[in-house]
Amino acid sequence: MSTTPERTGSADTSISGAEIVLDNVVKRYPGQKTTAVDSLSLTIPAGEIVMFVGPSGCGKTTSLKMINRLIEPTSGTIRIDGEDVLTQSENDLRRRIGYVIQGGSLFPHMSVAKNIAIVPKLLGWDSSRITKRTDELLELVGLDPSRYRDRYPRELSGGQQQRVGVARGLAADPPVVLMDEPFGAVDPITRQRLQDELLSIQRELHKTIVCVTHDIDEAIKLGDRILILQDGAQIAQYDTPEVILGAPAGEFVEDFVGSGSALKQLSLTRISEIALRTPTTATVGERTDDVRRRAESNGDMAVIVLDGRGRPCGWPWLRQLTGEKLVEPTEELINLDHRATLNDALDTMLSSSHGAAVVTGDRDQYLGVVDFRSVTEHIRMLEEQAARD
Amino acid sequence: MTDTLPATRSDSDVGATPAPTGSSRRIARLDRETTLMLIVPPVLVLLVFAGYVLWRQTADLDGTELRQLRWSTVITLIWEHVRLTFVSSALVVAIAVPLGVLLTRGRFRRLSPLVVGVANIGQAAPSLGLIVLLAIWLGFGFWTAVLALTLYGLLPVLRNTITGLQGVDPTLVEAGRGIGMSSAAVLFRVELPLAVPVIMAGVRTALVLVVGTATLATFINGGGLGDILQTGISLFRFSLMIAGAVLVALLALLIEWLGRVLELLTRPKGL
Ligand SMILES: Nc1ncnc2c1ncn2[C@@H]1O[C@H](COP(=O)(O)OP(=O)(O)O)[C@@H](O)[C@H]1O
Ligand SMILES: [Mg+2]
Repeated sequence: MSTTPERTGSADTSISGAEIVLDNVVKRYPGQKTTAVDSLSLTIPAGEIVMFVGPSGCGKTTSLKMINRLIEPTSGTIRIDGEDVLTQSENDLRRRIGYVIQGGSLFPHMSVAKNIAIVPKLLGWDSSRITKRTDELLELVGLDPSRYRDRYPRELSGGQQQRVGVARGLAADPPVVLMDEPFGAVDPITRQRLQDELLSIQRELHKTIVCVTHDIDEAIKLGDRILILQDGAQIAQYDTPEVILGAPAGEFVEDFVGSGSALKQLSLTRISEIALRTPTTATVGERTDDVRRRAESNGDMAVIVLDGRGRPCGWPWLRQLTGEKLVEPTEELINLDHRATLNDALDTMLSSSHGAAVVTGDRDQYLGVVDFRSVTEHIRMLEEQAARD
Repeated sequence: MTDTLPATRSDSDVGATPAPTGSSRRIARLDRETTLMLIVPPVLVLLVFAGYVLWRQTADLDGTELRQLRWSTVITLIWEHVRLTFVSSALVVAIAVPLGVLLTRGRFRRLSPLVVGVANIGQAAPSLGLIVLLAIWLGFGFWTAVLALTLYGLLPVLRNTITGLQGVDPTLVEAGRGIGMSSAAVLFRVELPLAVPVIMAGVRTALVLVVGTATLATFINGGGLGDILQTGISLFRFSLMIAGAVLVALLALLIEWLGRVLELLTRPKGL
């Protein structure tokens, strides 16, 4: 079965990714009765994120690893940017393909900077260029270079390690990045942030990203296209998330995508697409009395506290306001990036005592608040739309 | 956790440990037990040696005893003993580590039980028997003793090299290969550094084995502190037997301590 979806979208000149074409790729492991990958043909368009999903053991990892030749195909060809991967030396090939795996797989005896610098070093970059690149990448994945570059992996949390893993994968600016369940080892809230960050990185870099996951929600959120596989890496459907949700190709896909299609649609909507509520805000250093008066006249029981640079840092109830001047609250505020999905928003709201979540934009600037009402309104709108179709 | 990072960047991982700075980590890792093991042996050795010196200067010794326990003689014997120990241990490392590496690579992997088995025999054989047999075969002297000691110390380093390399997380090896490191680069920059703590534990064991067994070198003219013991036994002089035993024990304690220091020094940062 061969699927070659047409390219969508306008010609983007900033695409740095390369097209990957798999042609009748087969992998049979010695001593295995069934074929792990049975004739997979597939075109992965340049500059897109393609998600491989499917049940465990269906051949996702095997298919992915054949692209960078960690696994050699039994037959078939794989071309990146028109070039057959089997004709290149494996080491040269892999240095041009980013590889990110679960948990980051950082080398524990190397500092963060050394981990990231491995491929640039192998490529013979000079040390000043490597240092510059390392810092740049740490910034990109949201880690302060001066604070983190000399740390060792064990001194980082799981999410931070995974971020460094992503930075290592991007180190030599490869056109193609392969990811195998990259966010499988972190807790849901961290996973959601890492996903948002990957999306914002991709908006900047336009790589070709092939990402394996077993989580259909993750696939819907991250993928420009989703490849749903059945046993033996048989293609069940290969299309955009919208089409897969709207017109699942057969029972297997329907079952796999699961029920509650309206709820799944929540993974397709970004917070930036819906109207936000704007409750009372206050800046650190303001007089508490003024703030209380303002909030009460707005009918608010709580205020959102912003720091000097317009970033939200707390959301205290009025009764929690003490002292003469407003100080930065000590409790951690869990913000939502405006690129997060409504699904993420529901998750965050459920763990908030306000039943709502603070939304931030670029550079963590405060944008507003999303609450259950705005989400349910959106669901109702979707249902009305579906009824009309 | 939000002290310098904006809130959205902060990591809310469940169970994430706050990360102290590297140096405080390293000092904290020298726990009480390690610190004690670093301080107690040299202090003990010094105290006992001071006792020995006191005894040596004040005891009523006859001519044979005086000759055997002359300071110049004792220092020469200690030097010979140390030389036997270090040359053999260096050879052990030079042979066992590459052999261990080889036995964890591809098609040689299947041979590893066989080779470990042979090394096991080398160690299980009575050490005196091994030394004497080799001497009959190769002649008496320093190098035959070194050879015997090397065979004797091989097993712990070989076994630990194999165990250490096998203990390296295979996903790290695959990660290294996956980002484009050659298999040699993965070996030297990932596998061996990560196996160093286990290998060095084997080296310490080998040092202790070798320093003790080197006492037997005297039987084939290999020198070492065994001379004092042997003279003591053959001439039935308790003072010599005890002096020899004490000196060997002190040297062994010191060498074991040195092994511990080496283990600490070679341990890669970040583990
Ligand atoms: N190294 C291997 N040797 C033999 N069989 C393997 C190997 N790796 C994977 N397989 C088999 O190939 C099939 C596909 O595995 P994999 O690609 O890892 O699946 P997925 O990533 O989708 O869970 C499974 O049936 C698995 O048991
Ligand atoms: Mg897998």
